[in-house]
Amino acid sequence: MTERPILRVRGLTRLYGRTVACRNVSFDLWPGEVLGVVGESGAGKTTLLKCLSAQVEPTDGTIEYDTRADGLVDVFALSEPARRMLLRTDWGIVHQNPRDGLHMGVSAGGNVGERLMAVGARHYGNIRSEVLDWLDRVEIDTGRIDDRPDTFSGGMQQRVQIARNLISRPRLLFLDEPTGGLDVSVQARLLDLLRQLVASTGVAAIVVTHDLGVVRLLAHRLMVMRGGEVVEHGLTDQVLDDPQHAYSQLLVSSILQV
Amino acid sequence: MRNPVLEIHDLAKTFRLHVQGGIEIPVFDGIDLALHPGECLALVGASGAGKSTLMRSIYANYHANGGRILVQHRGTVVDMVGAEPRTILDIRRRTMGYVSQFLRVVPRVATEEIVAEPLRMTGVEAAAATDRARALLARLAIPERLWSLAPATFSGGEQQRVNIARGFIAGYPILLLDEPTASLDAANRRIVIELILEAKARGTAVIGIFHDREVRDAIADRLFDLKPGELAA
Amino acid sequence: MTSDETTAAFGAEHVAGYNFAYLDEQTKRMIRRAILKAIAIPGYQVPFGSREMPLPYGWGTGGIQVTASVIGPDDVLKVIDQGADDTTNAVSIRAFFAKTTGVATTERTAEATLIQTRHRIPETPLREGQVLIYQVPIPEPLRWLEPRESETRKMHALAEYGVMQVSLYEDIARYGRIAKAYNYPVRVHARYITSPSPIPKFDNPKMDRNPAIQLFGAGRERRIYAIPPYTAVESLDFDDYPFTVEQWPESCALCGATDSFLDEIVTNDKGGRMFICSDTDYCAGRRAENGEETAA
Repeated sequence: MTERPILRVRGLTRLYGRTVACRNVSFDLWPGEVLGVVGESGAGKTTLLKCLSAQVEPTDGTIEYDTRADGLVDVFALSEPARRMLLRTDWGIVHQNPRDGLHMGVSAGGNVGERLMAVGARHYGNIRSEVLDWLDRVEIDTGRIDDRPDTFSGGMQQRVQIARNLISRPRLLFLDEPTGGLDVSVQARLLDLLRQLVASTGVAAIVVTHDLGVVRLLAHRLMVMRGGEVVEHGLTDQVLDDPQHAYSQLLVSSILQV
Repeated sequence: MRNPVLEIHDLAKTFRLHVQGGIEIPVFDGIDLALHPGECLALVGASGAGKSTLMRSIYANYHANGGRILVQHRGTVVDMVGAEPRTILDIRRRTMGYVSQFLRVVPRVATEEIVAEPLRMTGVEAAAATDRARALLARLAIPERLWSLAPATFSGGEQQRVNIARGFIAGYPILLLDEPTASLDAANRRIVIELILEAKARGTAVIGIFHDREVRDAIADRLFDLKPGELAA
Repeated sequence: MTSDETTAAFGAEHVAGYNFAYLDEQTKRMIRRAILKAIAIPGYQVPFGSREMPLPYGWGTGGIQVTASVIGPDDVLKVIDQGADDTTNAVSIRAFFAKTTGVATTERTAEATLIQTRHRIPETPLREGQVLIYQVPIPEPLRWLEPRESETRKMHALAEYGVMQVSLYEDIARYGRIAKAYNYPVRVHARYITSPSPIPKFDNPKMDRNPAIQLFGAGRERRIYAIPPYTAVESLDFDDYPFTVEQWPESCALCGATDSFLDEIVTNDKGGRMFICSDTDYCAGRRAENGEETAA
């Protein structure tokens, strides 16, 4: 086992005025581990993810990330350049709405290759071949490399987003409702792809979703949130098959069995 | 005698159903058992006595309310009750396997990859793991043309055998078997019995639920009757 | 450069009722401060309080304010538009400064101390002591992808320039080459990515280590930036798709130049056309030289 978590969160709290978005969240995330965060709309999942990915500053608490150079450092104590550098190299964010994560006016290839160019890649042919490789890995017809994402289906747009993030070989991936708004058949395909990519790249991930099927398939560990607080936290199968907290039981029992 | 690989002390499980007014359903209390390498313990008891619940509690799929589940893992003894999730995942990866009654089908993944996965997780190279998976599938009489397909459309018996192959491939020191032969014909049942006996001979400790008397007689060294407190010899 | 005394001394020579070079002294001082800062940080866009000018935005309000702030009574002014001294815009701006300052004007690049330009750099090499003032419509090279000013400022501050390379990537993917023919992005002093204004990329190499001071004014966008003399200016490209300039199959039909930027002129409706120098002064100078040689 690795001796050091990749992300260490303690007492994370974010208030909007007097409204609690999330309160006193603590956990460790280990390399290669996938943590699911579930709960109904308004439970604070998205705010938590935004804090964790350094997009929103927490009101209280600490988020430490295991940087390659200096080990665990407080993300919000980093300089802004260092933090932004993390966001486009070591971290990846897959947004619920592809419009937030893709440049719709730029070709799929340009979107996927941007991170390479951002860190100094200057050989078009090499960039191109790496982009083609990644489009293939996310099962997008490589013949569409020069098409704009707004000509793609929702599921394809999500896969372009995933390729765009994974191309920089991140160590930590944030996924916000990655299957939200997709058809059920497309969801299954995307989830399976994500599962394989997470396993093959060894990236650690935090997945926020209201879909328990998503976390059943992807997450090793689960946090159930309600009203901004974590009400239950444990192994995914344990939380789903034997939920302890009244709210977790309600959540699990609310799924239609088909 | 060697040290037990699995030791259970005073294990208790009660379901508390908050959504139904907080009623409590006690399943068992005060379970004590020990399992040594190469030994096979068969759980018996009436339907609803808590056999599957005990298995799932041992695997930490269910949350034990009290007691200890001591497992020999990586040269030390770990208590599964209250262990960190990642410790439990590591135990599941290396020490304790679980063959459920039904295969939880992963969409779109080829059968041979599903079977090879547990072996790969222990660090075995992908090609070698796939070879081993194919050998097991062949032994379990899964036709070769099915190996590269996802098992979603397989028959119940085929899915069950895929599940068994997945449970046996990594050679876990502890194996939990929940009705592994339930939907198998006589020929396949015999193959599974052989597999279990071979595993025992290699030192695997087995704990399982076997409704089929023939299977149970062939492999079980002891019976554990799930009327709390009673241990049949 | 001017001071209040010299302005007063030369006041008689320009049209009455206006301050020297139209702008009031306070405004000129404010703009000069912006220019000094711009020179101190090559390629960095300095905000300034752009004034209303007696011509519409897009006609060179930024360039005029910069010129008005640096022009002095001893200067000799040249104004070009697309390389030509005789187009409406160039003529008007030249007349404007002649009226409001009384300074000498010229069409000869070599004689000018100040050259205000729209869309070209003169072919005649510039020298130390000359100031080239560009009119800039859109000073922000990152604007095509990022509409938020707060974000582009941050991108410049942190030198996050991946998207600029993406724009070149898009060109190669679509057209098989970098298709930008003008306003081709440059990196100044290995730091700021900067818009060269809509000059043809043919002129980009002239910006590099140029002995003259290059000032850029964007009136509507309220930005001033600069390239000090002898500063490295690199055109962005890929290792396997290096930056190149335009080439023409013909030489100038008037002067025979093969080294200048050529405009295509349609001569009739039967497909007749000719190529001539866009830089009228350069072309005229060469013709004069050739004429002398022929006479001799």
